[in-house]
Amino acid sequence: MPLQKCKEELEKTLKEHNFEKEALIPCLHAAQEKYGCLTEEVISFLAEGLKLPRVEVYSTASFYSMFTFEQTGEYVIRICESLPCYLNGSKQILDALSKELNIKTGQTTQDKKFTIESVSCLGLCDKAPAMMINDEIYGNLTPERVKEIILELKKRDVEI
Amino acid sequence: MAEMVNLTIDNQKLQVPEGTTIFESAKKLNINIPHLCYHENLSIYGACRICTVEIEKHPRLEPSCATLAEEGMNVKTNTLRVRRARKMIVELLLANHPEDCFTCDRSQTCELRKLAYDLGVKELRFEKGRKYHYVEDTSSPSIIRDPNKCIQCSRCIRVCSEIQAVGAIDFVNRGGKTQVLTFFNKGLDNVECTTCGQCILACPTGALRERTIIDDVWNAIADDKKFVVVQTAPAVRAAIGEEFGMPPGALVTGKMAAALRRLGFDKVFDTQFGADLTVVEEAHELIERIKNKGTLPMITSCSPGWIKYVEHFFPECLENVSTCKSPQQMFGTIAKTYYAQKAGVKPENMYVVSIMPCTAKKYEAERPEMRASGFQDVDAVLTTREAARMIKEAGIDFQNLRDEDFDEPLGISTGAAVIFGVTGGVMEAALRTAYEVVTGKTLAKLDFEQVRGMDGIKEAEIDLDGTKLKVAVTNGLANAKVLLEQVKDGKSPYQFIEIMACPGGCLGGGGQPMPTNDEIRKARAASIYLEDKGKSIRKSHENPAIISLYKEFLGKPLSEKAHHLLHTKYTKRSRY
Amino acid sequence: MMKILLKNINKDGYKPDVQSYLKEHGYQALKKALETSPEKVIDEVKKSNLVGRGGAAFPTGLKWELARKASDSPKYVVCNADEGEPGTFKDRLILEKDPHLLIEAMTICGYTIGAETGFIYIRGEYPKAYKFLSEAVKDAERNNYLGKNVLRSTFSFKINLYRGAGAYVCGEETALLDSLEGKKGQSRVKPPFPTFAGYKDKPTVLNNVETFSNVPSIILNGGEWFSKIGSPLSPGTKMYCISGDVNKPGVYELPTNVTLRELIEKYGGGVHGKLKAVLPGGTSSNFLLAKDLDIEMDYPSVQKAGSMLGSGAVIVVNDKHCMVDVAKRCAEFFDYESCGKCSPCREGTKRTREILGNITRGDGELSDLELLKELQEVMYDTSRCGLGQAALNPIRSAIEKFTDEFKEHITQKKCPLGICPMEVT
Repeated sequence: MPLQKCKEELEKTLKEHNFEKEALIPCLHAAQEKYGCLTEEVISFLAEGLKLPRVEVYSTASFYSMFTFEQTGEYVIRICESLPCYLNGSKQILDALSKELNIKTGQTTQDKKFTIESVSCLGLCDKAPAMMINDEIYGNLTPERVKEIILELKKRDVEI
Repeated sequence: MAEMVNLTIDNQKLQVPEGTTIFESAKKLNINIPHLCYHENLSIYGACRICTVEIEKHPRLEPSCATLAEEGMNVKTNTLRVRRARKMIVELLLANHPEDCFTCDRSQTCELRKLAYDLGVKELRFEKGRKYHYVEDTSSPSIIRDPNKCIQCSRCIRVCSEIQAVGAIDFVNRGGKTQVLTFFNKGLDNVECTTCGQCILACPTGALRERTIIDDVWNAIADDKKFVVVQTAPAVRAAIGEEFGMPPGALVTGKMAAALRRLGFDKVFDTQFGADLTVVEEAHELIERIKNKGTLPMITSCSPGWIKYVEHFFPECLENVSTCKSPQQMFGTIAKTYYAQKAGVKPENMYVVSIMPCTAKKYEAERPEMRASGFQDVDAVLTTREAARMIKEAGIDFQNLRDEDFDEPLGISTGAAVIFGVTGGVMEAALRTAYEVVTGKTLAKLDFEQVRGMDGIKEAEIDLDGTKLKVAVTNGLANAKVLLEQVKDGKSPYQFIEIMACPGGCLGGGGQPMPTNDEIRKARAASIYLEDKGKSIRKSHENPAIISLYKEFLGKPLSEKAHHLLHTKYTKRSRY
Repeated sequence: MMKILLKNINKDGYKPDVQSYLKEHGYQALKKALETSPEKVIDEVKKSNLVGRGGAAFPTGLKWELARKASDSPKYVVCNADEGEPGTFKDRLILEKDPHLLIEAMTICGYTIGAETGFIYIRGEYPKAYKFLSEAVKDAERNNYLGKNVLRSTFSFKINLYRGAGAYVCGEETALLDSLEGKKGQSRVKPPFPTFAGYKDKPTVLNNVETFSNVPSIILNGGEWFSKIGSPLSPGTKMYCISGDVNKPGVYELPTNVTLRELIEKYGGGVHGKLKAVLPGGTSSNFLLAKDLDIEMDYPSVQKAGSMLGSGAVIVVNDKHCMVDVAKRCAEFFDYESCGKCSPCREGTKRTREILGNITRGDGELSDLELLKELQEVMYDTSRCGLGQAALNPIRSAIEKFTDEFKEHITQKKCPLGICPMEVT
């Protein structure tokens, strides 16, 4: 999405909240979704709109795990590594993913399709080990199932 | 009438007004509870957890700085449990801390080091922990940040945002990865930092310090080909004694001149000469603006932290700022032109050093406009602390030196020049001259008490024998912001405003000895006014050296030559 | 079996829309509340002895009363839907499958304390919940259960949804409030408590999803009815989450006098393998052992047994796991999630992770065990919020209950289960 259009959308959200500080996190969500990361321009724009020091907006954005300053892939894979999933073999799932995509946790594939993130409890403990890919939930994983899922996603794009 | 609260601290009963914290209450009993993130001028942060105390019936320890005294509270500030907790927290902070004490600029004034000693920390049990290797921010000519020494107390962030209304730094990331950074880690020089250095004064450790230039100055002094001249700001003579164990605000003008001479400077001059010159130029500029309906209010321009602030935050108000250079810069220009001629020294061989209470002056000296002499007008700026280091390095017994005078002619100054070091001083000095120029009469009462004092914003109506002048004086940029909003909206009721970036004025500058607190600022101010009272000449335009300067060189105030050498222009910057 | 919270969800074909909700006595409690005085409604909640289900177990009725009595305005109702304690996945059920239950409860709360605005803070990782709640809010507005003049009374109430962005610490009430205000999610100094100065420093009732969801039943059936269910020490039912090494992980709503043994063996399908240790309240609680299984799962009883019920997230560990490794995993979680504001937690969680990492690599020292115990006490004593206060609970309890296992890692540089890397020999 071009920067100008993004700014217009953000301006709308800012207006809804009367340009008050509580508009910040909804705006950051919107920008992260549109760009896959938060850029200097967007942060400056929000700071100016909210009349805040730009480093304060940068500070707030950097606090939350779901906001990134580096571009994430089209598919953000969040693997839960908290205790219930860990007890059920989340490490093997992570290893399988890393192997399949040839990247380490925290990295994005060269074609910018996949990012692997290790996250805290996703509230899917009854389906452990579990992961989310964007908004989709995948539970009761095995290394084989993980491989299948990645292949399915890769195929999906090719079809389009 | 505030309700009173009765409580017990360490078995001593006392009564305090409602709304007093336990920390403040303990102070009344002469108990200074150990602390790190607490700072008397800043909002409560309550996060270092060192000021923790035990309160009866509370299951856990409580932070005394953030807990209000309540009726019947029974507080213990010094139990085994409390001491163990404090020690362990310091141990944890030290586990992250580079073991640089021998070479750290703050080794004598580091609060973390003092705390470790005072609390009796004997073991460091978290030593196997990884120490982070953050990169220093050396972008700024004035301030260097070393995030490795940062203990995340947030005093720098709070002073920058609350007292200075700048907000150039903040915490980034979370948990153990938290760092103090500038916007996208661009570095202080590339963001809205005004280089005022209040962050350095606020910082308890060596995480923030000024960029030192001591070695360059030693080299210049040792260089036979260089003619090294030093000028000292008014606020230095009321503070440098503190670096040698003398009481806060001790007036040490004579000793300072003597010490500098011993260091090997070719001439020991006085920035106050430059200040007198600034007063003459600025008073005439104000009068001309009033007469010719120029841009009003006119705002003083000798505080480079303030100048950088207005350039970033209120660039639309740049026309209001006086075009006069600061005393430091006027001095430098005159030294390398008028004085160089007089002394028969080639300006390219003259090396001008200034000693300033200020870190922003380092930035100011390097501004591209500051080359009116054809060379960089001021070559090196030392803070008060740096100058004291040099005097210590030379083994000089400062306290026992006999007073000496400054050299002439650039060491001659008036009482009006001295008071530049205190908030309200520039205003007062300018009024002493403006009065006589406008009215043609002699000013009987030289003290303008209405513009004195530590209040953030002071205003007064001055009667120039019929002509009424509404003036305002502010110190600290958050206070300046209030007046600037008025100016921006066209609603300012004043004709003349003095703005100093630092609380208290220059005497509270970022380059001054540590600690600099409310009590010490007041002591320094008292000395400065004392020095003014003791001077035989107390009006800038009566300075004989200034009179000669105009007669022999400049012509008259605001002449073309004066404009070329002594006036400057500013740069529109932004904050986004 | 008595069901209060999952009553509707368990019904076949139940949908999260207004029609389905109305069929199950939906919004009847709101109607009844609006015909009663706010004080009387709070009285019922007080009589029920309902305590907070998010972890802190504060008496709900008292909280509402304090907010009602606070003189400042405007007032707010905030729902903590930032469910993040590892092993907890109960609030998700209500948010996704019975959102009107929460909406009705919050509206009742607003009525009793005199608030016109409510917020639901939903963790960022629950996009489906956000979607369903958004639709439900609009649904409720269309049908006059929210908005101006609710059910044609003089009371107006609107609910705003707010997404979190990936920070466990925002489950702490004051950190949540700061995040709601557009800041970093860092805790505030308490007092003042949110009932006095909460959202934008105004009186705020902040309750967990499950806590709120009990209220409509309490209003319809009376507080006394609720107080007689389960354990008299903390009555009602609880949505217990059971996960880890069990055969039937899931959410089970049971009266609070169910025992841990029943929960694991009867409902959870039994341990997958042999039981080694169990956390009754997620990774912020102390480990319990097989000998503790007969305790009743109410707040005071679990505390008496030396642990904490918290959100009711039961995590079972079997004997195929190394306790040092498990402790290390818990330490890594808290190190990652610490907000970083206060020194003891920021530095303490970091060092704990490192020390346990060292032990798993064969680079530990015996003094580490005493050091961690002392650190746990100091962090409990001096951390600003519950995260730091509880962070070393699982670690300390693991060290105390499995000392030999830790000692073997340190003195013999051996992991008995062969799980830890043991690089340093």
